[in-house]
Amino acid sequence: MTQLPILTSLVFTPLAGAVVVAFVNGRAHITRWLGFLSSLLTLALAIWMFLRFSPGVAGMQMEERAPWIPPLGISYHLGVDGVSVLLVALTAVIFPLALLSSWESVTEKVREFTALMLLLETAILGTFLSLDLILFYVFWEGMLIPMYFLIGIWGGPRRSYAAIKFFLYTMAGSVLMLVAIVVLHLQGRSFLGIPTFDLLELQGIRLPPSTQMWLFAAFALAFAIKVPIWPLHTWLPDAHVEAPTAGSVILAALLLKVGAYGFLRFGLPLFPEASRSVADLFAILALIGIVYGGLVAWRQQDVKRLVAYSSVSHLGLVILGIFALNQQAIQGSLLQMVNHGISTGGLFLIVGILYDRVHTRMLHDFGGVARLMPTFAVVVLIVSLSSMALPGTNGFVGEFLILLGVFRSDWRYAAVAVLGVILSAVYLLWMIEQVMHGPVRARSPERLVDVKRRELLVFLPLLLLIFWIGIYPRPFLVRTEASVERLVTRVQERTFPTTVLRTHVSKFADYAVKDSNLPTYPRATLQPEEMRGEGR
Amino acid sequence: MRFVLGILVAPLAGMLVNGLVGGRLSKKAVAGIACVAVGASFVGSLWTFLDLLRLPEEGRRLSLILYPWVLSGEVTVHVGLLVDTLSGWMALLVSGVSFLIHLYSTAYMGEDPDYSRYFTYLNFFVFSMLLLVLADNLLLLFVGWELVGLCSYLLIGFWFERPQAAMAGRKAFVVNRIGDAAFLLGIVLLLLRLGTVEIQGILHRASDAFSPGDFTATVVTLLLFTGATGKSAQLPLYLWLPDAMEGPTPVSALIHAATMVTAGVYMIARLHPLFSLAPLTMEVILAVGTLTALFAASVAITEQDLKRVLAYSTISQLGYMFMAAGVGAFAASIFHLTTHAFFKALLFLAAGAVMHAVHGETNLQRLGGLWPHLPATTFAFLVGALALAGIPPLSGYYSKDLILLHLLGQEKGAAWVLGVGTAFLTAVYIGRAATLTFFSPAPRTYDHVHEAPPLMATAMWILVGLAALGGWLGASWGGEPLLRLLAPVFMERELPHALALGFAPVLAGLAGLLLAWAVYLRGALRLANPTLSRVVSRKFYIEELYQILIVTPGRRIAQGLAEVFDPLLIDGVVNGVGVLVRAIGAGLRLFQTGYLRNYALVFLAGTLFLLGYWLFR
Repeated sequence: MTQLPILTSLVFTPLAGAVVVAFVNGRAHITRWLGFLSSLLTLALAIWMFLRFSPGVAGMQMEERAPWIPPLGISYHLGVDGVSVLLVALTAVIFPLALLSSWESVTEKVREFTALMLLLETAILGTFLSLDLILFYVFWEGMLIPMYFLIGIWGGPRRSYAAIKFFLYTMAGSVLMLVAIVVLHLQGRSFLGIPTFDLLELQGIRLPPSTQMWLFAAFALAFAIKVPIWPLHTWLPDAHVEAPTAGSVILAALLLKVGAYGFLRFGLPLFPEASRSVADLFAILALIGIVYGGLVAWRQQDVKRLVAYSSVSHLGLVILGIFALNQQAIQGSLLQMVNHGISTGGLFLIVGILYDRVHTRMLHDFGGVARLMPTFAVVVLIVSLSSMALPGTNGFVGEFLILLGVFRSDWRYAAVAVLGVILSAVYLLWMIEQVMHGPVRARSPERLVDVKRRELLVFLPLLLLIFWIGIYPRPFLVRTEASVERLVTRVQERTFPTTVLRTHVSKFADYAVKDSNLPTYPRATLQPEEMRGEGR
Repeated sequence: MRFVLGILVAPLAGMLVNGLVGGRLSKKAVAGIACVAVGASFVGSLWTFLDLLRLPEEGRRLSLILYPWVLSGEVTVHVGLLVDTLSGWMALLVSGVSFLIHLYSTAYMGEDPDYSRYFTYLNFFVFSMLLLVLADNLLLLFVGWELVGLCSYLLIGFWFERPQAAMAGRKAFVVNRIGDAAFLLGIVLLLLRLGTVEIQGILHRASDAFSPGDFTATVVTLLLFTGATGKSAQLPLYLWLPDAMEGPTPVSALIHAATMVTAGVYMIARLHPLFSLAPLTMEVILAVGTLTALFAASVAITEQDLKRVLAYSTISQLGYMFMAAGVGAFAASIFHLTTHAFFKALLFLAAGAVMHAVHGETNLQRLGGLWPHLPATTFAFLVGALALAGIPPLSGYYSKDLILLHLLGQEKGAAWVLGVGTAFLTAVYIGRAATLTFFSPAPRTYDHVHEAPPLMATAMWILVGLAALGGWLGASWGGEPLLRLLAPVFMERELPHALALGFAPVLAGLAGLLLAWAVYLRGALRLANPTLSRVVSRKFYIEELYQILIVTPGRRIAQGLAEVFDPLLIDGVVNGVGVLVRAIGAGLRLFQTGYLRNYALVFLAGTLFLLGYWLFR
């Protein structure tokens, strides 16, 4: 029996939905349902994929491969492993919720909105599942266009500035990545003797460190802007503030993850030596981001800006974990990406609910909302606690693993990172106090009615995941374990694989010598006896 | 063993039921569910404790591993429970006192519209505290540790419409988070060094991994103790506890006196072999405990708010427990923790009864002359006050005496002197509070003053009995049942009993009470030295110091980053690049004229240039 191509169905179900939505000239209501149902179908496929995923396997699963442009070695190649499995599932969970949340808040151009959202879902899923660099690049740039229109058409008053800034900023980074992809292809051609853009094949070559460095830099710029890593973050608050609620949710929960995912999928395995030697640089930028994002978030007046800067802080922790380059930290980072998607996605949904009611997002326009909206208050509390990584919620498991791994690689980084734990309580409790507590300050408090059933339904899956991952994270952790272990081993390998080198040894001999003098990372470590020596 | 899980499940279930449907139930039903849940937890604790006693002394330990929780590579942390005499006793104490305070609350909160929310939080607190106590590993203990902090936040800010209450809750959470961050780092370091965070594992491996005075052991224990200073309100992280009095009074009794704030003491006792390997940390604990005890007791003398007097008193008494821990007298610290839970909960409940009678008034200047109106409450308060002041044969005498004896036994003379001094100050402030509340001339006439309703009174009377007689648990004439129970856990050295200076604390206590009576009732004396009393009444300006050194600069820096650095500098560069590109584009546009003759001219000039370059190179 021929297997159903599960990943292809997963990626293109939303696209099919988009086509249907675009060409079926129905009323807004029917359009919404069509869009919602196609995202639900995608979710069902994603759940099936998640359950079929075998936890112990380090390599790619459910691979699909077909030639696309054979002379150039471009192929249609999809696959899922421990690095992508959680993010794919997260994408499929977030989209139905985002569509549901815009049920009443988006009333104009519903057809276009729904179609663009579904297009975006296909692009994001494709980005997470592509194993061919050109295919990846197509999906990667493909994400920009629907997002550009989502901000530019359904956004706030400064939407056109924010949309163009978002588009140009992230585009500028990606162009260099395209150049790097071509260079990598040429390198692959000379090393392997065949033209290929296939990630798994290109991973087989070990480039000389200086080449690695340049290519890594080009990739890293694209990823760093997307994450965003400090100081490349300023497009984010503007984009968030102007984007419609659904756009903000997708942006925070998924688009930012694409950058961090890029480091894990491409940056680290393609350029291990380069990753090791820049690890400290990225760790320090990440630490600055953690503290800086937290401090700036604390002094924001606009709740959306506050949440946007909290993302800078949280993703700093994710990047810090990735560049600690060990098992616990990277597994923690992967889980924390999902956690951030849940909690920050939830926070943007919360802001959306407030904005729908009173059309303001300023802290000083609220106060005492907990009295007017008691059920909503519980949701706000739980989502905020998840964002500040309270034990028992999802955030804690991720943060703990990251801290553990980071401490293992350099205790000083962990000591600074823990400031983020304190700061998150400072700005989130400040937000809760200003919005939810104190006397009622809203100009039209009668409009602050408690959440309706549909709105509550949007939050229920998020709340469920918050507690599930917090209390029993095993199903999520075991799925990432094997792949991360292989990734860490690969990055920490010290020597050039001589089999590949031999044919090119004359050309690159001097690099190989230089490589043995590479500074070892990490230096200041406190390790237990039984952990010493493994992996590094 | 069968009921261990029930101890936790019962309050959790109570919380879920009241949280989900409590709003639709009658107040009676809500109170019933909450009380039954905690009562069941108490019965489960009792049952488990009795099960434990049936085991031979060395083997009094039950453990229950539920499921793997956090796992990554070689790191595995389970969710599991550990019951030995220490955690069993704590569970008994926590669930018992909680039950009494639930009982009291049913009446005290009777008029509150958010009745079900209150009991949801309260049940949640009991669950969290019991999780903290019964956790078999440090990471799970940390879960309980932060969850009780969350409950504290929620209950301090229970009347969240009052800005002070909302702010006090936030302050408590943030100050605790500072300690918790250190605590978490300590756990991480311990896990990396020992490869485990299980309490049994730590205790077994610590002595092999660390020699006494080991640097890592010192760092770990100092980090853990920093967490304890937050949760147990010691210097320098005590600031949140006086403000926590914004919460309902039964909450102050339960969380901010009897149970949660003692978590730090419990944690140190739980990990005592580890702390014993770090003499430096032990010295620090002793010093912090001693100074906190003295400092808080002196502040309590000038405090004008009845509940805040009790809050500073709690800080001071926790200082005693840390003094005991600092000299390795862990059983004594748990004993004092126990008696303090009794008499301080009693004092708070009596204070609550006063507030209930006089419409929430807590200012000592506006109270007074209440004893003819409230004889029963006065009696209850006095029993608690005398126990606190360490007057025999009430419970506080035995436990405080034991701690001070240990200080003498370990030749910590300075700490002993300060400890006795603190005992004197303790008697002064509680004597003052009692005098100004009940005996001084009434500043106004009271209307509708009434004794506590029966449920509140029941809880109080039980605590009166415990506060009066609880000393039996550690009294030599009673056979020291608690100390003997805990002995296998702690393996402490024998204490030379009846030292010559043993009577000093009692004398100090009596002198203090006498002074308070003389000053505040008779007006025979006035506390001299206005400068000193001003410094004390401003709490040594520590709050202001924090403002000047940390809060204000932090806010300024954040403000600067948010309003200047980020939008103008970083984003300025970004927009600057945009402007630059546009300018270059505008410049280049001059060349894109679209006229063929211009292009031909440039083409010709270029060709000529290249040709010339070639020829004349």
